[in-house]
Amino acid sequence: MNEFLLAAAGFVLVTVALGLIRILRGPGDADRILAAQLLGTGGVAAMLLLGVATGLPGVTDLALLLALLAAFAAVAFVAGSGRGAAGGATPGVAEGGTGGEEPE
Amino acid sequence: MTSALAVDAVLALLIFGLALWINAARTAYGAALGFMAYGLLLALVWVRLAAVDVALTEVALGAGLTGFLLLGAAARLAPDASFDAVGVSGKGSRFLIALLCAVVAVGLAAVVLVLPDPAPTLAPLVHANLARTGVGNPVTGVLMAHRAVDTLLETLVLIPALIGIWSLSSDPDWGGRPGSLPDLSSNGPLTLLAQVLPPFGILVAIHLVWVGAEDPGGKFQGAAVLAAMWVLVLVAGLGRAPRVTSQASRLLLVLGPLVFVGIGIAGVWLAGAFLAYPEEWAKPLILAIEAALTLSVALVLGLLLAGPPVADGGGVEPRP
Amino acid sequence: MSLTLDLFTVAAVSLGAVFFLAGTLGLLRFPDTLSRLHALTKADNLGLGLVVLGLLPQVASPLGWIGLIAVWLLALLSGATAGQLLAGAVRPPEWARLTAPGPGKDTADD
Repeated sequence: MNEFLLAAAGFVLVTVALGLIRILRGPGDADRILAAQLLGTGGVAAMLLLGVATGLPGVTDLALLLALLAAFAAVAFVAGSGRGAAGGATPGVAEGGTGGEEPE
Repeated sequence: MTSALAVDAVLALLIFGLALWINAARTAYGAALGFMAYGLLLALVWVRLAAVDVALTEVALGAGLTGFLLLGAAARLAPDASFDAVGVSGKGSRFLIALLCAVVAVGLAAVVLVLPDPAPTLAPLVHANLARTGVGNPVTGVLMAHRAVDTLLETLVLIPALIGIWSLSSDPDWGGRPGSLPDLSSNGPLTLLAQVLPPFGILVAIHLVWVGAEDPGGKFQGAAVLAAMWVLVLVAGLGRAPRVTSQASRLLLVLGPLVFVGIGIAGVWLAGAFLAYPEEWAKPLILAIEAALTLSVALVLGLLLAGPPVADGGGVEPRP
Repeated sequence: MSLTLDLFTVAAVSLGAVFFLAGTLGLLRFPDTLSRLHALTKADNLGLGLVVLGLLPQVASPLGWIGLIAVWLLALLSGATAGQLLAGAVRPPEWARLTAPGPGKDTADD
């Protein structure tokens, strides 16, 4: 059973790590935040699987901490985008889906 | 064992690839986000190395406060401009940074590889004497008993750091409240989060400090969680940071170090040395120090993020 | 009994892993930020939820169950709020004019 849980942890990790391509390519900063968010959730799942498989104490606490702080990247993003323009959506952020600020 | 090996290999490859990309990233914002993801992968590596205490610190700081600080700084420097446009670093200097980092990494790897086998270690000594400290977590035992002087200095150094940040304010601003955090008080979802999350956060922080005696956890991780929750409340506009001249806030700032130093000096008479604990009282004393330090460290960390004071009526100026 | 529980774990964890895969594919393939956000929340809620559900039989103590479920509930809260925050921030400016009574209204207060 432990072997299966470890394999599942590896699978989830590889899967969400593929999402890191979004951190690399963007195009908008919001897309990068999304990829970090997915990695966070996948990290929580991988940690729970690893924790149960290896029986290490404290790993559930670690996952709890990660879930608790999962929204902070999004809060920092909204805080950062609020700085650029006083009120209203920020230019450069709003064009997340269409902008090509980072040509590959 | 093969699955475990596969997980380790995947982690190592991911971390290496992500590290390369962070160096090559075009925008400061992308690099900061990549660094947050890097911290999370690093925490998983610490779990695989059975160092859950280190993983907890990495997550408590990296996912919360440091991430907030880095993303805020990146957004403030240049919301959507590339490194090149603001002239922070060109291709040449970035290559030089990567080269220097690689030299440090290779040097560290070389030091690890040339260690004699078995490597010199104090771990058996710590284990033999752990029972005398009254705590079951060897990390807490080392931090609070065997190497208590280091821990004392590490908590003391946070206060000069805060003084350094406060000293960046101009004279008319002195006496005001810290003003570097953005004010998002009209954001509905954020208000909800800042109302619902902190109770859980406080619970998790108390839990981390309490289990720190026996299992992975401890004051620093707990304090980082408390500080993150406080910053969330401040950003949502549900609370205000105390004035820099507030006596109550200053008292709380030095409470932890005072308790630590006080118990340490009492040790000279009670146990024969500075920072020594009488054996039967070791665990309660360690818990008392940890509890006081948690509050002080949480306040310092929160105030570090809140930044230098600004005069009343002033606030964060919108950056052009 | 233990075989049944083990089979349940394998099924639930595998299904959860599939949702993570689906979330990643959506994140990579969907055309714009709001659609990607939609894909992400599936992994957040269902993927992690099924993994937690699958792990429950493998944990002996009731405290362990509470810990696992608390992780999922916190992830739900964080994920839902982060989704709202991001959606509010990336919403095209012209949508705000459709819903807000006048110009210059803060777009984030709905």
